[in-house]
Amino acid sequence: MTHSSQRQSLVLAGTVGLLLATVWPAAAQQPAPAQQPAPASQAAPLPPGSPLIGRPDTADAKKLAPVPAPPVAAAADKLPLDKLKAPKGFKVEVYASGMANARSLALGDKGTVFVGSRLLDKVYAIVDKGGKREVKVIASGLYRPNGVAFKNGTLYIAELSQISKIEGIEDKLDNPPKPTVIYSDLPKDEAHGWKYLAIGPDNKLYFGVGQPCNNCIPSDQHGQMRRINLDGSGAEVIAHGIRQSVGFDWHPVAKEIYFTDNSRDWMSEDLPNDELNRMTKVGQHFGSPYCYQGDLPDQEFGWGRKCSEFTPPIALMGPHAAALGMKFYTGSSFPSKYKNQILVARHGSWNKTNKIGGDVVLVNIKKDGSAGPIEPFLTGFLDNNSYVGRPVDVLVMKDGSVLVSDDWNGAVWRVSAGGNARTATAR
Amino acid sequence: MRSLAVGAILAGLAAQAAGAQPLEARLPTCFACHGENGTSQLPEIPSLGAQPAFYTTVQLLMFRDRLRVTEPMNEMAKGLTDAELQKAADTISKLPPPTPVSNTPDAARMDKARALSQQHRCNFCHQANYAGQENVPRLAGQREDYLLKALRGYKDNSRRGYDAQMSEVVYDLKDEDFVELAYFLARQK
Repeated sequence: MTHSSQRQSLVLAGTVGLLLATVWPAAAQQPAPAQQPAPASQAAPLPPGSPLIGRPDTADAKKLAPVPAPPVAAAADKLPLDKLKAPKGFKVEVYASGMANARSLALGDKGTVFVGSRLLDKVYAIVDKGGKREVKVIASGLYRPNGVAFKNGTLYIAELSQISKIEGIEDKLDNPPKPTVIYSDLPKDEAHGWKYLAIGPDNKLYFGVGQPCNNCIPSDQHGQMRRINLDGSGAEVIAHGIRQSVGFDWHPVAKEIYFTDNSRDWMSEDLPNDELNRMTKVGQHFGSPYCYQGDLPDQEFGWGRKCSEFTPPIALMGPHAAALGMKFYTGSSFPSKYKNQILVARHGSWNKTNKIGGDVVLVNIKKDGSAGPIEPFLTGFLDNNSYVGRPVDVLVMKDGSVLVSDDWNGAVWRVSAGGNARTATAR
Repeated sequence: MRSLAVGAILAGLAAQAAGAQPLEARLPTCFACHGENGTSQLPEIPSLGAQPAFYTTVQLLMFRDRLRVTEPMNEMAKGLTDAELQKAADTISKLPPPTPVSNTPDAARMDKARALSQQHRCNFCHQANYAGQENVPRLAGQREDYLLKALRGYKDNSRRGYDAQMSEVVYDLKDEDFVELAYFLARQK
């Protein structure tokens, strides 16, 4: 995918109307409230360097704000299954629901699916009892337990500022022990503090430490990726210049880690793109906050720096699209073109008048490890510029089907291939 | 003294174990602290008038589930069902907007703070008239001391938000900015 040739532009869309979508379980979609009148006097000049200089001052300027997820799960009969579309020959169904703020996914040795949360305090477990799925809460009272990973019977949980574990969890789902903390040398900043957690081929736990801001020079504790041993020892910083990564996985053959990174807000509606990166060695710097998307010097911190100093992304994932969880497809039931390609969940934008994302895309990965074209895989979460769902993470099951978590509905979707699955052209 | 009144109320609360009462029985206690008509007279206790229902529901849920720990609110929200949380939020959203500070404001301070608010885009999420929307609270006419407390809480991570947006917003702000913003917002109608 080629990089955009657009250079930085401070022109925001400045079109009309408020964008609001209230989604509350069992509640009908509420209409946007009437436009509030602007205050009588806004004569004060903007301070020098304000990024709002040049913004069209229309009375109905759209106000962009993060789109809040409902704090309770959607009722099973209110799930938007009929809105979701997968390529021809694939089937979409509800895997499980009733998990408010369902986020990252991990698979236990006995088939239990563990689900973290970001806005709430819970870790869930989905148990498949002969096709009937049951949801349990196996940990609560945690602080943004977004990251979950599993190895040799042990569940690892990444909260905002600590990593913990529960051993032998699959045999104790109805009476789970409290997690034991294994690592807590982490900053406590809320902003971009929630973590993705995964275990590499080297048997180490990997996680990011996001930037505690929209855009700032990081301390030596932030804007990086770290790894630790499974007992919490041996922490090392392995990469810098990562604003916030909420998804990563290892190439099944080359074993290199690929990760998504969410780029900054409030530069423009169309720039910079979120990134898909590939780490080829320890110690690389991926650009934030000096350079975004490989070729866009930051308007504030890019002065005196060159983008060529940093490692560029291998693919652009859309501006503000919020590329999050991702997995290399390693199953055998999808058509062969999916093998060792990456499925990426795009949570969907808020810093953009016309939203993008709200889908799962397939990023083609070539034999040399670089990225080829990107095509839609599971779409429909974005409907008429409003969210009916928001995908967060992807998990490949032993039967080759793919699970997709959705923190808007508090549900997990399942996409499986039929006998005549064919690849479809982009929708 | 107001604080003695609050103490008496809280003592009464403990005796009655608010956590076991239905919503209707708790509402008088809510209004005793937060004010019956949307405006709080008690230091650092927020006015609730005209707060967006989504925001209030989420905050009550956070108190109930101890995602935000601030007594007596955890006790006040204990055991309420999701439907009761929403009902409480709807009731609160219909209270009249709080009465803003009415003395003649220092025009220079107001101008500077207005520019600060525009620069940091407070008037985006909170809207141009600071009435809030969805998960974003109303700021117009809120108690000045409460606004200051909230901003400081986001800055030192002692106040947990639903998402982490405010934490990101205050990263670039200093305490003297909070003082000016609180002054300005408390005087917005």
